[in-house]
Amino acid sequence: MTPTLTISRLTKRFGAVEALKAVSLALEPGKRAALLGHNGAGKSTMMKIVLGLIPFDSGEVSVCGLRPGSPAARVEVAYLPENVAFHPALTGEEQLRYYLALRGESPRQAMDLLARVGLAHAARRRIGTYSKGMRQRVGLAQTLIGKPRLLVLDEPTSGLDPVSRRDFYDLLDGLAAEGTAILLSSHVLTEVEARTDSILILSGGVLVAEGTLADLRARAALPVAFSVRPAPGHAPVLAAAFPEAALGEDGVLRLSCAQKDKLPLLARIASHGAAVADIDVIPPSLEDIYSHFSRRDGQ
Amino acid sequence: MTSRILATALSEFRIAFRNRWVAIATGMMVLFALVLAAAGAAPTGDVGVDRLSVTVASLTSLAVYLVPLLALLMSFDAVAGEVERGTLPLLLTYPVSRLEILIGKLAAHLAILGLAACLGYGAAALVAVWADPAAIKGLGALWRLIWSSVLLGATFLGAGYALSALSRRPSGAAGLAIALWLAAVVLYDLALLALIVSDGGGAFTTGALPVALLANPADAFRVFNLSAAEAVAAAGGIGGAAGAIPLWQSAASLFLWPLAALALAVAAFRKVTP
Ligand SMILES: Nc1ncnc2c1ncn2[C@@H]1O[C@H](COP(=O)(O)OP(=O)(O)OP(=O)(O)O)[C@@H](O)[C@H]1O
Ligand SMILES: [Mg+2]
Repeated sequence: MTPTLTISRLTKRFGAVEALKAVSLALEPGKRAALLGHNGAGKSTMMKIVLGLIPFDSGEVSVCGLRPGSPAARVEVAYLPENVAFHPALTGEEQLRYYLALRGESPRQAMDLLARVGLAHAARRRIGTYSKGMRQRVGLAQTLIGKPRLLVLDEPTSGLDPVSRRDFYDLLDGLAAEGTAILLSSHVLTEVEARTDSILILSGGVLVAEGTLADLRARAALPVAFSVRPAPGHAPVLAAAFPEAALGEDGVLRLSCAQKDKLPLLARIASHGAAVADIDVIPPSLEDIYSHFSRRDGQ
Repeated sequence: MTSRILATALSEFRIAFRNRWVAIATGMMVLFALVLAAAGAAPTGDVGVDRLSVTVASLTSLAVYLVPLLALLMSFDAVAGEVERGTLPLLLTYPVSRLEILIGKLAAHLAILGLAACLGYGAAALVAVWADPAAIKGLGALWRLIWSSVLLGATFLGAGYALSALSRRPSGAAGLAIALWLAAVVLYDLALLALIVSDGGGAFTTGALPVALLANPADAFRVFNLSAAEAVAAAGGIGGAAGAIPLWQSAASLFLWPLAALALAVAAFRKVTP
């Protein structure tokens, strides 16, 4: 399948700041990719380049085989900027009717689109009176216009309440199922984990990791942590048996091991039988995996 | 293309309406026109022209100041305001060209100026015709004043968009707009007057002055309306020089300036990176 979006060796400088360094990636139709990275990593910059809003220094970008920002490419791409803004004097319905007309669609769809993002009740109020989350929903509604082949969403769930976030990802699932490629950035790792196909981590302008969460988890090979609660009176025995463990003030022993040593360590702990009151195995968290890649040569 | 321009124009008209620009523009035009009409309604003695033509001559002097001012006030926010509000990046990802966006804004703002001109001049005309039914003969001059005002407005709207795109901040754009108004409408004429006086009817007055008048859209507007109405002799001052300029030349200046201003605006807008 030909990718909807291809970026190769993309470099972008703002004066002395190198915002993107030789970034390459491809996004196929129907795939949802999450762009992660610290503040200032270059996520928004990359998205603006994909939309043709800002020029780049070197590399190649192709959107549906077209030059980014060309009139033909703009027909295929929908964008949600970070901190999306609208004219406060227009109502939600008027704003969407305008955007529909610009894309050559019937303005009559405006109410329907607003209903899809749960804004039907406020459609005839001026956007100046909307809450932050309501404005964000107007922004989402305008990305649903027509049948874009690529959605570029910069922190789409910022300002949305938990239920709306879930509804939003449901909407994305529907679009992806119809073949739309989706590139979104986010700082919320848990939602990204469950609702996207692949993860891209930018750090200081460099694409430091790319793949599914399972890939990244395996590649990071972060240690597994164990916390072992000794039965009453058995703490000294266990502490002696596991000299590598740290004994916390709460009387719980903490130790860790590489992924491949997990089962042997578990067996060792189990061999102490009644001396162990309880045991918890703590796999590396999303944050751990993320910071493993993000910090490597970033912050 | 036309549907995108129409949609932009409709949206801009709505915004201008809600920002009270329609009310402000028509209110100012009607108010000043009525004041002039009331002043002109006093018996003037027979000068061989109908009362409406006299009113149109004084409305021309008013329009030279008021139309550029209203146009600049409506336009200075056009690009800078979108940049400041943060609405520009999203708009520019739509399949609409920057030229279409500007033409859409221009259409909306011109409609407002046209409405204000029709209502303002119309009110003054009603007063003139009411005082002297024979003044109906001057309707041609009134119509000419209306459409030439729209062209003058288009020039300064385009200039306002260009300044707006160049400065990228509404406060800066507002300052530039006021500066342009002062320079083009007030200082330019003062400088010409000073030159005429020091020249004393010499080479400047006969050679360079007509060119200088045609080069300024506000002066071209004045010259066009005065010479078309053959009210040149009565106008005096800079208007007196208008007699030397053929009507087609001032008309050409009136028609070409809006195109030049729009081209300038599009060029400046193309340089804006959101
Ligand atoms: N117009 C600009 N001029 C100069 N530097 C810029 C400009 N835009 C972005 N930068 C710089 O480029 C780098 C990347 O910025 P970018 O906005 O892409 O970060 P981000 O990953 O989107 O961050 P965040 O998570 O905070 O949104 C930053 O160092 C930023 O200061
Ligand atoms: Mg960002």
